[in-house]
Amino acid sequence: MLAKRIIPCLDIKDGRTVKGVNFVGLRDAGDPVELGKLYSEQGADELVFLDITATVDKRKTLAELVKKIAKNINIPFTVGGGIRSVEDANVLLESGADKISVNSAVVRNPQLINDLADNFGSQFVVVAIDAKNVDGEWKVHLNGGRLPTDLNLLEWTKECEDRGAGEILFTSMNHDGTKQGFENEMLAKMSSELSIPIIASGGAGSMEHFYDVFTEGKADAGLAASIFHFKEIEISDLKKYLNKKKISVRI
Amino acid sequence: MKIAIIDYHAGNVQSVKFALERLGANGFLTSDSEEISSADKVIFPGVGEASSTMNHLQKLGLEKIIPNLKQPVLGVCLGMQLMCSHSEENDTDCLNIIPQKVVRFRPKSKKTKVPHVGWNKISVKNDSWISEQLSEEYVYFVHSYFVEVGEFTIATTDYVQPFSAALQKDNFYATQFHPEKSGSVGEQILKDFLKNT
Repeated sequence: MLAKRIIPCLDIKDGRTVKGVNFVGLRDAGDPVELGKLYSEQGADELVFLDITATVDKRKTLAELVKKIAKNINIPFTVGGGIRSVEDANVLLESGADKISVNSAVVRNPQLINDLADNFGSQFVVVAIDAKNVDGEWKVHLNGGRLPTDLNLLEWTKECEDRGAGEILFTSMNHDGTKQGFENEMLAKMSSELSIPIIASGGAGSMEHFYDVFTEGKADAGLAASIFHFKEIEISDLKKYLNKKKISVRI
Repeated sequence: MKIAIIDYHAGNVQSVKFALERLGANGFLTSDSEEISSADKVIFPGVGEASSTMNHLQKLGLEKIIPNLKQPVLGVCLGMQLMCSHSEENDTDCLNIIPQKVVRFRPKSKKTKVPHVGWNKISVKNDSWISEQLSEEYVYFVHSYFVEVGEFTIATTDYVQPFSAALQKDNFYATQFHPEKSGSVGEQILKDFLKNT
């Protein structure tokens, strides 16, 4: 049986992990490689590194970081943040990234999904989507959720699949940061209409929330940041819990 | 030990080199037929689409070199599929080293996703190059096409139906999953290849 995946997400700025990371036993909690390694030892199935650096040197710093991650970590990882072209993606591939995640850039230029899939294969292309339910209508948002568009969420996910996306990483802005659980209704709908895997993000606050997202939400993977960073939930405990509840996970 | 990693425009081949480094072994990326032929072991990795990567192999003149290698060769993911006779992916004739076919997953319901992405269990045959104790362990897969179960299958995984997770014929070894991304289990399998073959 294919296991459900647990994916911690690390925000990176200028090559360092940001957001209050609170770990004992790490020499340097700001080092994304060290933190990623620790998560992988605790049983994370994949890692997502999201670069939020705004400087011009970004590309170089990120490529160097990706190389360091690839050298040290023995599970798959995705890199995202500001990828706007096939060339941007190629630098990351050559540094050792397994997948890249694209968001705003493909809404502005959907052809980029086709180009990335043609050049590197669909397995390399994760399309991340931030969306918000406004008066019953799910609209895609850009620039980290700051910029609303008229794009309908479900229609956009289908277009992404048709253009060659390998996976969808959906963040519900209504749920993100609330710790009240994932947006299971939308996730289940997405899952039934698409044939590519769905990574659920936004709202994780307890172990039950992961159980719910895999059963009600029919998600293939659950992603979270702060609950792992602040050690509110340990990945190994979460997996034991899910296993006990008959969810297939890698232990 | 000289370990050649075949570099032919087929995705993330760096990660194989890094995985070997973590085991204290040194691999080098090359598309040079001399260097490949004279290596002690060869790794043939790859992700991507079958027909275009076969084209890359032909352009590099490697389609004639690889089938004639005498040292242990490990095909990974697309590398394993290209070792077979034929792939349904764009109706591609492959290297025909292992006479088995590559076909697409055809799930009966939409609930089963294609590609098969993530961690799944392997079941390993007795006396094969992969330690039997790794049976029922999880390894990492990413693929939409698979090698049918046949004479040279030494490990299987069940997704939609049982398929070949690993193969062996003579000096040719192969895994559909990515040992370089499969945590400590994957490391053990790479070690098995380096030590037992």
